[in-house]
Amino acid sequence: MSSLVWAVGDGMVLAKRNLIRTLRMPDLFMSSLIMPIMSTLLFAYIFGSAIEAPGVSYREFLLAGVFVQTVVFNSVITGAGLAEDIQRGIVDRFRSLPISPYSVLFGRTASDLANNVLSLAVMVLAGLLVGWRIDSSFGEGVAGLLLLLAFAYALSWLLAVVGLSVRAPEVVSNASFMVIMPMSFIANTYVSPEGFPGPLRVIAEWNPVSAVAQAARELFGNTNPAYPPGDTWPLQNPIVASIGWIVLILVIFVPLATHRYRKAVRR
Amino acid sequence: MTAAIVAQGLVKRYGETTALNGFDLEVAEGTVLGLLGPNGAGKTTAVRVFATLIEPDAGHAEVAGLDVVRQARQVRQTIGLSGQYAAVDEMLTGQENLELLGRLHHLGRRGARSRAWELLERFGLTEAANRRLKEYSGGMRRRLDLAGALVARPKVLILDEPTTGLDIRSREATWETVGELVSGGSTLLLTTQYLEEADRFADRIAVIEHGAVLAGGTPDELKNQVGGHRLEVTLSRPADLSRARSVLASVSAGEPVSDAEGHLSVTVTAADGVLVDGIRRLDAAGIEVVDASLRRPTLDDVFLALTGRIVEPPIESSSEKEAQEVVR
Repeated sequence: MSSLVWAVGDGMVLAKRNLIRTLRMPDLFMSSLIMPIMSTLLFAYIFGSAIEAPGVSYREFLLAGVFVQTVVFNSVITGAGLAEDIQRGIVDRFRSLPISPYSVLFGRTASDLANNVLSLAVMVLAGLLVGWRIDSSFGEGVAGLLLLLAFAYALSWLLAVVGLSVRAPEVVSNASFMVIMPMSFIANTYVSPEGFPGPLRVIAEWNPVSAVAQAARELFGNTNPAYPPGDTWPLQNPIVASIGWIVLILVIFVPLATHRYRKAVRR
Repeated sequence: MTAAIVAQGLVKRYGETTALNGFDLEVAEGTVLGLLGPNGAGKTTAVRVFATLIEPDAGHAEVAGLDVVRQARQVRQTIGLSGQYAAVDEMLTGQENLELLGRLHHLGRRGARSRAWELLERFGLTEAANRRLKEYSGGMRRRLDLAGALVARPKVLILDEPTTGLDIRSREATWETVGELVSGGSTLLLTTQYLEEADRFADRIAVIEHGAVLAGGTPDELKNQVGGHRLEVTLSRPADLSRARSVLASVSAGEPVSDAEGHLSVTVTAADGVLVDGIRRLDAAGIEVVDASLRRPTLDDVFLALTGRIVEPPIESSSEKEAQEVVR
C-alpha cells in the first residue's frame, strides 16, 4: 500500500483518538457547543439592536461575521492540542513509531475540522432561530459553509505551527489571541470597514477574514446595499480571494508544520 | 556477538549547553545495558538519539545495524520506547491506549485488539482495561507505558528511567515487569538514576556524566575498580572526625570519605580482621563509635570513585538510603 494511504489511515486512527478525548471532557465539549450559540445570540441581539439600519437586516449581515470569527477562534484548539501532546510526551511516542509525520498533523486537523462542522451546525440552527436566512440557493448556501470550513482547516495548519513552536500549551492561547483578536475584529466581520481610520481600513480590506466573510455573505445571499464591501479587489472578488488565501495558507503552513513536527520533542 | 546499539562520538548541543559530548556506547544483542547517571547527565538525550527523536550534531549511532539518521524509519520499526514521562493518553482507557499503538503499528483492528489483551494480561492490568488512565496509579500507568513499548514486539527496547518518580511499592511492581522482559532475552537499554536498578538488571553498566561515558563494565568489574571492602563507622561526636580520619588512615587504602554528621567511610586493603582492628584503634584514641560495619563496595561507591561525588537521589524518592550528603 502506498505511504499516502497509510498516512491517511493512521491520521483517521489519530483523529478518532482526538475526538474520543474531546467527548470525554464534557466541560470542554459543552463549551465548544455553547460558545458559538452564545456568540450568535449575543451579537444578534446586542449589536443587532444597537446598529439599526432602516429597511435592511443587520442581523443577516452580521451572522456570516459570527461564523467566521468562531471558526477562526476554534483554530486555537489545533495549536493547543499539539502543544499539550508535546508536553505530555505523547508526540515523543508518536514520533518513535513508524508512521508518517503527516499522520499526526492530519489526524489533529481532521478532528478539529469535525469540531468546526459541529460549531457551524449549531450556529446555523441558532442563526435560523434569530431570523437569519440563506437567501440564495441551497447549493450556494452549502458552498458558503464549505468555504468557511476550508478556511478553518487552513487556519488549523497555521495554528499547528504555533502549537509546535511554543514551550507550553498555555502559551498557545495567549500568543494566538494576540493575532486572532485583531485579525477577527479589524475586518468586516461586524461593521463595514468604510469608517475605519486609514491604516486599519487598509488592513481590514486585505484581511483574509474580510474576504471570507464577504464571500460567505455573497454565497448566503446576505449582501446588503447598506453595507457595501469596499472597492479593493479581494472584497470585490471575495470568493476567488478566499480560495486564494486558503491555498496560500496551506502551501506555506503545511510544509512548515511538518518541518516543526519532525523536530518536536518534549521540553 | 553483534551489537544491537552502537554510538560513536555523539555530540548534541542546545545553545550553550552540551548535552552529549563524545558519547560512545555499545550494547550487545540480547543483553541489558544500564546507562547510569545523575539528572542532567545526558541519558535522555542519548535515548532520544537512539529513538530517532533528535539528530546528533556530530557522531554516529546505529540501532540493529540501522543508521538512526539516514534509516530513521526502519529504526522506528525495530525499537520500543517507554519514556520517563508516561507517554500514554490519560483520557483513554488502558485497552484503548494499547489498541491505538497497535493500529499505528499497522496490526489491523483485530490484531491490535488481541495484542492489547495479551499485554494487559501479561502486565496484570485486565481488571483496569476499561478504566481511563487518569484513574490509574502511578505504577499502573508506568506498566501500561511499558506494555505500549512492547506492542510491536520490538527487537530493541529502550526504557528511559522506568521508575523515576514512583513510590517504593510501585517501583517494586515495575521492577518485576522489567525483570520479566529481561528474562525474555530482548536487547534492553535501561537508563536510570538508581544504582540499585542498574545493579539488578544490567549485564553491563555504563556510567554517564556531562554527556560522556566515564566508565563501563559489568557491575562486578566496576565494583572491583573501586577496590576492596569499605569500612564504615558512625561517630557519636562529629567533632572527632578529623582525629578519626587520621587514626583510620593506617588501615585505609584510599582517602576516607566523611560527612558533617559523623559518618566516615574508608576503603580497606584486606577484609580480615579490619573491622575489629579499626574499632580497637578508634577506641584506643578515645573516639566513641555508635555504629560500624564492613561491606562490599556498591555502585554508590563506583559513582563516588568516578565522579568524586555521590549520586544525588531524585527528589521524589524520600526513603532512599543514598540520601546522605557526603563530602570528601
